[in-house]
Amino acid sequence: MEHILVVIYLISSVTFMLGLKMLSKPDTARNGNLIAAAGMVLAIFATIFLYKDSEGNHLHNLIWIFLALAIGTVIGWIMAKRVQMTAMPQMVSFFNGMGGACAAIISIIEYNHLNHVLATTTMTPEMSASYQGKILIILAGLIIGTVSFSGSIIAYGKLEGKIGDFSIKGQQVVNIGLLLAILVSSVLFYLGVINGTFWFYIILLVSVMYGVLFVFPIGGADMPVVISLLNSFTGVAAACGGFLYNNYVMLIGGILVGSAGTILTVSMCKAMNRSLLNVLVGNFGGGTAAASTGSTAGGSTKEITKSDAAILMKYAKKVVIVPGYGLAVAQAQHTCHELETILEESGVEVKYAIHPVAGRMPGHMNVLLAESNVSYDKLIEMEDINPEFATTDVVLVVGANDVVNPAAKTDPSSPIFGMPILEVENAKNVIVMKRSMKAGYAGIDNALFYQPKTYMLFGDAKDTLVKLVNEVKSL
Amino acid sequence: MGILEFISSNIQMIYLVILMIFVGIELISHVPSVLHTPLMSGANAIHGVVIIGAIIVMGQAEGNLSLILGFIAVILGTLNVVGGFVVTDRMLEMFKKKK
Repeated sequence: MEHILVVIYLISSVTFMLGLKMLSKPDTARNGNLIAAAGMVLAIFATIFLYKDSEGNHLHNLIWIFLALAIGTVIGWIMAKRVQMTAMPQMVSFFNGMGGACAAIISIIEYNHLNHVLATTTMTPEMSASYQGKILIILAGLIIGTVSFSGSIIAYGKLEGKIGDFSIKGQQVVNIGLLLAILVSSVLFYLGVINGTFWFYIILLVSVMYGVLFVFPIGGADMPVVISLLNSFTGVAAACGGFLYNNYVMLIGGILVGSAGTILTVSMCKAMNRSLLNVLVGNFGGGTAAASTGSTAGGSTKEITKSDAAILMKYAKKVVIVPGYGLAVAQAQHTCHELETILEESGVEVKYAIHPVAGRMPGHMNVLLAESNVSYDKLIEMEDINPEFATTDVVLVVGANDVVNPAAKTDPSSPIFGMPILEVENAKNVIVMKRSMKAGYAGIDNALFYQPKTYMLFGDAKDTLVKLVNEVKSL
Repeated sequence: MGILEFISSNIQMIYLVILMIFVGIELISHVPSVLHTPLMSGANAIHGVVIIGAIIVMGQAEGNLSLILGFIAVILGTLNVVGGFVVTDRMLEMFKKKK
């Protein structure tokens, strides 16, 4: 029977790889997700019924296992079905935290089990070697899983708006200190210099603290990088379980996510012009933004009335909409689609310019617009839309700021210098919809607002879009 | 000393780890940014495979503490798996081509 289990694990591993592969193409993505899910269900049930330990015993406590599975399924299903599309990033973060906690608990149980075995049997040299290996894996699973859990929960709280930005003086020193404390105590624990349950739980506690303090000072717009990083952490924690149980499907699933997640994180960092090291040390967010308010663009801005804006767009040949975080916050994606439809009916070509980090996560804006039935061939990525701005009559910037700031190209002293931006200043007219003149996430002024062809349209994104739609209709 | 022995006794798995790192990188590196969020969410669901470990731990649990901890671990793992796949499916459901 154990041969069947091995083959099923093999099949599940292949579905994970296939699923990830299919997830990377729009046409096959949905099926890819379903295939991976099917592989997961197969692996779970095969484990319950076919798994045998080294002495050939089947698993027991089956009733409890099924009860726990049922509870988890019901809660997970309801949460996933109920969540608003705009709240998707924190939902992913929450589920990620659950996986991390699961890995940490496995480590705790295995450690207690190991202690129990040690107390009741005498050690042979061979056992001692495998004991050391196990301790290493248990520690790794514990630390990585715990950091992932506490970090994800803080990220969840911050995105939900339940926890504000918070940083203490010398935050970086504290974070590095905690990280060193974790590393040093793990090495000492592994070498047996310190041992016992007490120190094991000390390491657990320090890991919780590190996870919390690591995410605390990081601001909302940088959260995607953190979530993606914690996602890959949990992958590695899951892979530790693969070593513990000599289980290939756990190893493959975990490492795949660990490496894929890391690449995703790095590409997000690149898009935001930040190094991964800065993320890990918690170098951005409040601190850097406050230090860099010195560079103000200055000058005067021009406001535009809604009816003028409507006329400008209705009689344009080509309009490009730049959606940003503000659009997501105002839940204005449906109204935005309405505006697009009306303009198209009057013969205007409408496209969306999607910056890689628009919204709260890379690709988040695409999901939000897709939810409002915007067809995805209208969503144009940055590299493809930038050359088109020169032939664009009107650019409508809805709740975006830093991603259209020309300082990223021209001002080497700007904190966002080097970040690739949407070059909207090349268009004939730019209308910027904003709630106020407040700076964007990076905390810096935007020279775009003061250019002669830029018009400001103040107000809540949704409210203003509704009025714009009505104005265009009445023309 | 201990680490070297650990590596040599698990050498097949270590090879697998290295290969999987490359497979993961290869699979992800050509993804359009349109799909970044669903992909992250899908990957999030896949690492829920940690639940297999939780099930094994629970199935071998003796004593109330391990049973309770294992029970919690299975619930949390299931949340990760079910929530992850359902959320991803909801996101991808919207990527239909407009006819």
